[in-house]
Amino acid sequence: MYKAMIYITLKQSVLDPQGNAVKHALFSLGFDEVDEVRIGKYMEVTLEAESRKMAEERVKEMCEKLLANTVIEDYRFDLMEG
Amino acid sequence: MKCAVIVFPGSNCDMDMYNAIEDCMDGVTVNYIWHSDSGLEEYDAIFLPGGFSYGDYLRSGAIARFAPVMAEVVEAAEKGKLVMGVCNGFQILLEAGLLPGAMRRNEGLKFSCKYTPLTVENNHTPFTNQYELGEEISIPIAHGEGNYYCDEETLKNLRENRQIVFRYLHNPNGSIDNIAGITNKKGNVLGMMPHPERAVHTLLGSEDGKGMFHSIIRYWRGD
Repeated sequence: MYKAMIYITLKQSVLDPQGNAVKHALFSLGFDEVDEVRIGKYMEVTLEAESRKMAEERVKEMCEKLLANTVIEDYRFDLMEG
Repeated sequence: MKCAVIVFPGSNCDMDMYNAIEDCMDGVTVNYIWHSDSGLEEYDAIFLPGGFSYGDYLRSGAIARFAPVMAEVVEAAEKGKLVMGVCNGFQILLEAGLLPGAMRRNEGLKFSCKYTPLTVENNHTPFTNQYELGEEISIPIAHGEGNYYCDEETLKNLRENRQIVFRYLHNPNGSIDNIAGITNKKGNVLGMMPHPERAVHTLLGSEDGKGMFHSIIRYWRGD
């Protein structure tokens, strides 16, 4: 069994309105050292796979096909065994 | 002419769309088609209504795009049949790749629900032939994720092919180039965030949406 920890974020070139709103809230709380806030999604997917390589390939497919919209989002994931 | 209104779990403008078609398009048959049904071959125009298909989980339209009926919608679009997606329907068309680009949260982060002035940027489409070029129309919006985005290359193509059909006069959501509605390159697939089906009676505040339904029927009849 493998567990994929998937992080999906808006591409750097895409404006993140939620991130900006949170940045302003941090400013107003005095955290004026903050340069940028980007908000994304975190997903955990557990799956069966014959090998680590197979699991990686399947998770990549899931991200490309459904979990991320690659027009506006980037994704990365960590894979944990067991 | 036969029209299909696709109903996904969470569609909530399906009845508005059905009634608008029935009221504005004389002699037309209209039916609801459930998301897991098939049999779209017999229909001439397909409407994807607004709402919150699959609760907007993951992203608006992302799950609806894989509903069983969508394979037939894609096939119909490729054959040149008319496909019109409004609001969530537009988001589904983007996710399905029938139209280019993607939707982001509104720039102001607020759900926006109000009458919005639009300009008709192309009146040579099956959906807009009853409007004047540059005509200003008032159509309501109701969305939280209507901030249209595409990359520079795509935007260039949209402009060159005259695929931008409606622009906002006062951009309510941050959409790139004030885009409110686009077609595919062939012009038979239209996606728009504003709701023409909610603007077909003066009682509702505007009847400027009627032109879209009249345009479709005129196109179909080949007048």
